This record gives sequence, C-alpha cells and structure tokens, in this order.
Amino acid sequence: MIKTVDLKKIFTGRGTEVRAVDGVTTHIKSGEVVVVIGPSGSGKSTYLRCLNGLETLTDGHIMIDGIDLADKKTDLNKVRREVGMVFQQFNLFPHKTVLDNIILAQQVVRKRNRKEAEDKARQLLKKVGIADKESVYPGHLSGGQQQRVAIARALAMDPKIMLFDEPTSALDPEMVGEVLDVMKQLAREGMTMVVVTHEMGFAREVADRVIFMDHGKLVEEGTPEHFFTEPREERAKDFLRQVL
Amino acid sequence: MNKNVTSWSWSLLTLLILFALGTGLWIATKKIDYTWRWNRVPQYFVYLNEDAIVVPADARVEKVDVVGESANVTVLTEYDETLTYKVDADNVSVYQDETLFEGDTIGYIAEWRAGPLLVGLWTTLWLSAAASVFGLIIGLVTGLCRVSSNTTLRQLSVIYVELIRGTPLLVQIFIFYFFLGTVLDISRIVAGISALAIFAGAYVAEIIRAGIQSIPKGQMEAARSLGMNVPQAMIHIILPQAFKRTLPPLAGQFISLIKDSSLVSVIAITDLTKSGREVITSTFATFEIWFIVALLYLLLTLSLSQVIAWVERRLAVSD
Ligand SMILES: Nc1ncnc2c1ncn2[C@@H]1O[C@H](COP(=O)(O)OP(=O)(O)OP(=O)(O)O)[C@@H](O)[C@H]1O
Ligand SMILES: [Mg+2]
Repeated sequence: MIKTVDLKKIFTGRGTEVRAVDGVTTHIKSGEVVVVIGPSGSGKSTYLRCLNGLETLTDGHIMIDGIDLADKKTDLNKVRREVGMVFQQFNLFPHKTVLDNIILAQQVVRKRNRKEAEDKARQLLKKVGIADKESVYPGHLSGGQQQRVAIARALAMDPKIMLFDEPTSALDPEMVGEVLDVMKQLAREGMTMVVVTHEMGFAREVADRVIFMDHGKLVEEGTPEHFFTEPREERAKDFLRQVL
Repeated sequence: MNKNVTSWSWSLLTLLILFALGTGLWIATKKIDYTWRWNRVPQYFVYLNEDAIVVPADARVEKVDVVGESANVTVLTEYDETLTYKVDADNVSVYQDETLFEGDTIGYIAEWRAGPLLVGLWTTLWLSAAASVFGLIIGLVTGLCRVSSNTTLRQLSVIYVELIRGTPLLVQIFIFYFFLGTVLDISRIVAGISALAIFAGAYVAEIIRAGIQSIPKGQMEAARSLGMNVPQAMIHIILPQAFKRTLPPLAGQFISLIKDSSLVSVIAITDLTKSGREVITSTFATFEIWFIVALLYLLLTLSLSQVIAWVERRLAVSD
C-alpha cells in the first residue's frame, strides 16, 4: 500500500541543515496499523507529512498504491484525498459548524451533493459519538470532541489510509481515552493507519508493527511484543527506559 | 450606585468643557465681527426652482383649463397654430382671451431641486464607493500575490505597495490626471477614481496580507490534507477567516478613503469639498459652509462605521 524508499527530507536555512528524515525505507501493507515512536525532533511528524505530500521530498520515493509522490507528474491533490490526516492541534475550521467542517471537502473535492455529504457526515458523527453537536462551532467543543470531529472529517473523504500525528498530545488526560477508542475501532475495521504517538499502551494493544525513529533514521522496527520486550538497538532501549 | 454617580459627574464635566469651548468660539467670532448667516445654508441643499414657460410667437389665449395641481393653457398663435402648455395651477400668469406677444410668460413650473451641497455629497459618496470596490479588488489580488510562492508576483506587488505608500496621494492624483489622463485620454472622474482606488488598494493589500498570514498554518495544511487545491483552500478556508480579522482595519481604510476623496477636488471634480468652495464664493458664509461640509463627511463616515459594526456582529456567531 505505502512503500517508502530511501526517503530523505532535509531542511536548509541560514546555513544550517537539518536532516529531518534521513533515508527511511519501509513497506506498509493494506490494513496494517503502524505506530511510529521516537524522541522529540526525531523526524516522526516530518515523515508523516511526507506521506501525504505536505512536505516535498528531498530525495527518495514514496509509492502509494503504485503512484510515486516524487514524480513531478503526480497530482498531489488526488493523492491527498485518499490519505486522511489527523493533526495534534485538530485544525478544525473555526468559521464552520461541525457539520459544515465535515461536508465542505466532500462537496468541493469529491463533488458530492449536499444531501449525500450531510448523510455521510451525520453517520460519521454518530460513529465518533457526537451526533448531537452537529450545529455547534468547533470553539465550543472540548479538545476530545474536536479531535473526534477531525477524525470524522478525514474519514468523510473515504481515505484508504489514515495518518495520525500525536492525536492525543494536546488533550487533557481524561479525554485521551475517547479519541483512542475511536482509533481502535477504526483499526478493528481494517483501516490502514500510520500513527505517531507517545501512548505506549495504544501501540502495544493496537499496532501490528512499531517503527522507532531517531535523528531522522529508522532505527528499529518490529511487532510490539518484540519491540517492547527485547529491542535490539541501544537507542531504542534508552528511549523505552525513559518513557515506560 | 457610587460608580454610577461618579460616571455621571464626569459626563457632566465633559459637557461643561464642550460648552466652554463652544462659548469660546462664539466669543472669538464676535470679536472679529462675523455675521453668521445660517439661514442661507438650507437653499444649497434643496431649493425651489421656477421654470418660466413662454410663448414662442404672438398669440391669443384660447383656454385655461385647471386640472388639480396643474393648468393646461391653450394658445392660438399668429400662424394659426394651437399650442398647449402645462404650468402650475397657482402660477398661471395669463387669462382667457388675453393677447400675448412673443416671449411673454404663460406661467411657471416649480420644482424642488438638489442644491450643490447635496449633489456634492452624492458625488463624494459614489466616488468613494466606486474607489472602495475597485480598491478592495486590487488590494485582494495584490495581497494574494504578496503571499504567493511566485517570486515575480511577490516582487511586483511589493514594488506597487511601496510606490504608493511612499508618495503623497495629492501628487498621485496630479499624476493620474495630468500624465495618465493625457496619455490614456481618460476623463477627470475616471482619473480621480483610479487614483483613489489604486491608493486604497496598496493599503488594503497590506491589510489582506497580514490577515492571511495571521491564520494558523494548520488551517491550510488541514485543507490541503483533505485534497483541496490552493485556490479552493483560499476561498473556503483562509479568506473567510482572514476577512473577519481584517474587517476592523479595512473599515478604517475605507473611512480614510471617504475623507481622502476630498483631494480630488483639486482636479476640478465637484465633490462635497469643491461644492462647498463654490457655495462660499456666492454666499460668503465661509464658516457655516465649512462646518456643514465637515458635518456631512462625519455623517458619511459614521454611517459606514455603523454598517461595519453590524457586519462584525453578524460574523461573530462562530466565536
Ligand atoms: N519547516 C521546518 N523547517 C526547518 N526545520 C524543520 C521544519 N520542520 C521540522 N524541522 C526540523 O526537523 C526535525 C524533525 O522535526 P519533526 O517535527 O519531524 O520531529 P518529531 O519527531 O515530530 O518531534 P516531536 O515529537 O517534537 O513532534 C527537527 O529538528 C525540526 O526542528
Ligand atoms: Mg511531531
């Protein structure tokens, strides 16, 4: 489903050079849930943002369903509608109601009519458990509710892949559970997911595979059992000692 | 309670100060022996215009037929033509069978007409409105160029903004009128509106740019991640939010534009200011007219603020 080949993203500015992603090669299969962990600044977000073309690649290839994002001829907008993304800061559209947040891209990008888009939006709001909030503006929702709307908004585009960048890091602790529950349900339904998170419990319970990144490099990958019990790499061991 | 009382007494003090200032002004004008002629002012807003109707040739009045407010006067000329004229019923100057000579007055038609001050006010109003609309369009386009990723567009917009903001509007108006007006053969009105619009556009561009840049980057990223292209994201996500934030500074800009429009009077456009000057030459009521002109500008700007405040309240629902 997603293949990244020697993926590199280098930020240059004021004479300095940051190798945010430095040669990551991996293959994410359809229906797989991959959790990406690593210390702050290790390039997890940048890697994820490369996957839906929010960052232009410095080098390497990303193949999504056989389409190469590095190819100049690829229409990134077409790729992006197949790849949903959920952000740490929710990024809901504050000037639109919850319902309109979910409808807008369906109408503009998928060219669905209003009725169809509304039905889809209501069905998804029910799924994430906030059917009663459809006419509220995002500013009046709690963080957990906002993040669930953001998930519904991404799902409304019928993506083949969902990317999550620390979806629970900006939430108060008591709201983390409700968002993780929605994500677990998605995983059970067979959605292909790439999740950057510090929730080790989630990684252990849901992930098919864990990828550990440090300094832009893929240091270690494996099943959660393997990774959390007997990591090979010293850096992974250090990291686990700190977070567990 | 206590707070109420103090606030009241402060308001009283404000009134007292204003009153003192007014009295001071009055005494000052007394000293220079200025006669206020406020009674002359109203006729420059509206006046009753009486049009005399005259016979084109020697004639005899056949019939005076009063129908309601007006009267139909039928005359038979020396060339045996029968002509009918309509005049106001209470302004008929002829009677049945009267003999008239060429150029005699049959009667009058009285009609309320807008005086120069009202006409000037209207000119200022539509001039500013047209300049605002074009200024907004120019500013929007330039503002978008300013944040675009294309270097040429960015540089061109910077040059435009700096050129306009670095030179006085009065000079720009002269350039538009004397240079562009001659080269492109445009009328003074078009020159005036263009100068104002291009002037306002530069400031609007900066306001729009600041507004767009004040929207968190995550909004654009969220829109893009849903598959929208840049124009779609701009139209549906960024600009509506930016518009709301830029409304107060934009309002200020358009209020300035109304006031700045008084400068076009230098290229002989009869706006409110020029009308005021013209009225003064025929009345010598210099003080009164300038006060009235100021009041009329104030009326325009205050109305605009009211409209903007209403729009702002409407947009505040999503907060
Ligand atoms: N737009 C940018 N310009 C320059 N440098 C950047 C940019 N975005 C990220 N970086 C740098 O790239 C590196 C990787 O950043 P990234 O955000 O991917 O890390 P992360 O693993 O997501 O960290 P965190 O856990 O704090 O979110 C960091 O050193 C960061 O400073
Ligand atoms: Mg990050």
